[in-house]
Amino acid sequence: MGNFSMYVEMIRIRFLMMLAYRTNYYSGILIYSINIGAYYFLWQAIYGTQESIQGMSVSQMTTYVAIAWMARAFYFNNIDREISQEIQDGKVAVEMIRPYHYLGVKTMQGLGEGLFRLLFFSVPGMIIIWLAFPIDFSNQWSVWALFFLSIIFSFIVNTQLNLITGILTFFLMYNTGLIRAKRVVIDLFSGLLLPISFYPLWAQDVMGYLPFQAISYIPSMIFTGGFVGSEIYSAIGIQIFWSVLLIIPIQALWMLAKRQLIVQGG
Amino acid sequence: MNVIEVEGLRKEFKSYSSRSGLKGAFRDLFTRNYKTLRAVDDISLHVKQGEMVGYIGENGAGKSTTIKMLTGILTPTAGNVTVNGMNPHKEREKFVRTIGVVFGQRSQLWWDIAVQESFRLLKKVYKVSDEEYETHMKEVIRTLEIEPLLDKPVRKLSLGQRMRCELAAALIHNPPLLFLDEPTIGLDVLVKMKIRGFLKEINRKYKTTILLTTHDLADIEALCDRVVLLDEGKIIYDGRLDELQKNWVEGKQVHFEFQHPVDKPALEEISREYPVIWRQGERVNQWVATIDGEDDTVSKLMSVVMLHHAISDVKLNKVSTEEIIRNIYEEGIKHG
Ligand SMILES: Nc1ncnc2c1ncn2[C@@H]1O[C@H](COP(=O)(O)OP(=O)(O)OP(=O)(O)O)[C@@H](O)[C@H]1O
Ligand SMILES: [Mg+2]
Repeated sequence: MGNFSMYVEMIRIRFLMMLAYRTNYYSGILIYSINIGAYYFLWQAIYGTQESIQGMSVSQMTTYVAIAWMARAFYFNNIDREISQEIQDGKVAVEMIRPYHYLGVKTMQGLGEGLFRLLFFSVPGMIIIWLAFPIDFSNQWSVWALFFLSIIFSFIVNTQLNLITGILTFFLMYNTGLIRAKRVVIDLFSGLLLPISFYPLWAQDVMGYLPFQAISYIPSMIFTGGFVGSEIYSAIGIQIFWSVLLIIPIQALWMLAKRQLIVQGG
Repeated sequence: MNVIEVEGLRKEFKSYSSRSGLKGAFRDLFTRNYKTLRAVDDISLHVKQGEMVGYIGENGAGKSTTIKMLTGILTPTAGNVTVNGMNPHKEREKFVRTIGVVFGQRSQLWWDIAVQESFRLLKKVYKVSDEEYETHMKEVIRTLEIEPLLDKPVRKLSLGQRMRCELAAALIHNPPLLFLDEPTIGLDVLVKMKIRGFLKEINRKYKTTILLTTHDLADIEALCDRVVLLDEGKIIYDGRLDELQKNWVEGKQVHFEFQHPVDKPALEEISREYPVIWRQGERVNQWVATIDGEDDTVSKLMSVVMLHHAISDVKLNKVSTEEIIRNIYEEGIKHG
């Protein structure tokens, strides 16, 4: 890594770029608010008069939905599409003349994007939602701390999956389909739309072997108090496990990809 | 020590051709037809420190491919490359700190942010200290006259403005070796001259070695003592530009503009006795005669031609470099 101030600079530049395209950002706020509102009313209807479903109360559920979307603003990024684009127009090859690791730079750009949305989007959004809906915020600072630790790993795992999808463009050349499919799979299996504990048992077993729950389910469960005590630590352990394991396919694919490097035109 | 040492360098591209029809597409799934194209064919090249080398050749000759291999972007199919004493691939990160690259057809600046933000980022990327940046870049920015452009986003710059910024960006770490692939493409005469002057200046001041490709021979004439001429991936000439001029037709050119259409056989017929080559000029009814010989022969040829055909204009020129290169492209270097 070595060049810390360079990566800080990358993050700063991504901040500037996000500011340059503010309109995307406003429409993002709208989409997120609509989603949270819709899920709120949906869950209200599903719960009806029941006190709790699968051990979650209705206010826990509301909090789950809100926090899951707010966390998504942080871990979500478009670097898969960017990498794919840069591979297709040959920009990746030209990046080889820079003394840095391309994937590292992309990750930092993703982080810049995430931090931007966390500060200018999630935080104000959370305040509005807190005023509009009955949401339980934990008053234990340790829950907050663990939640923030956990969304850092959400970011790492999600970004790693994005890197893999992006690099696959080298071998597929046109992979918009794959990128879209990946997005749907993550929204479904990460626990963003539905907590994992609501899935049928066999599906829960399958998801236990997949990295997606590390993205949304774990931090949201920590925040809503769905996980307590040692459950929290083993959940973060799962996130760490995936963060480390996913390095292997990324490195392998990148080595193969570099051999395929072809620059179009010029 | 040579800055660039290239021995037997070769690059082959495989291109797949798809068979026609459904049956063909199905067969493509299993075995694919492919052709190999040798873009760079066994070239050897040695460049010393401080040299400015013009790397020229027709479209598709393999210039860009060579530069991509020298900068470590593409892996060679065969051959040895040592640049700045390193193998561009094996020690990529260390190596790229010692070179600067400009691809005229491709921007390396960040499109959406102001030029100075790109510079600031590159300064961090190359770990350039504040003092170095101050002394060196201030100078670069002044010479290229890009001060007023610094706070504009790259996408709002004109081509010439952008190219000057690209050049400055490639020099942030003051590299001892500079690769320029068509740095003057699409630029107006004034910007071209500014860039030439600038390159000359850094070459003089820092002994920066420069390898540049261009289709504008005026760039080469203004900058390079040495030209390397590439044709279908092979080096067909490597030497001084003025030698090339001397070895090629030492002669004169006469541009005739006729009042009526004339054809080549007719011209050849009347000028049979003279060592002359006829070529259709750029304008209608314009023909160019290249003559190898004394002034006397030239005047005789002119009077013979005028005797047979009505002309509206005649011009007498020395053979230009452009003309020489054009002939080489068209006919190869068989001429001694
Ligand atoms: N990625 C690639 N895949 C297949 N063939 C390629 C590729 N890149 C270049 N070529 C071929 O290699 C040859 C040399 O191309 P190159 O770009 O080096 O030419 P050049 O001398 O730079 O030409 P120009 O003056 O037009 O820029 C061309 O025939 C080109 O079609
Ligand atoms: Mg080229």
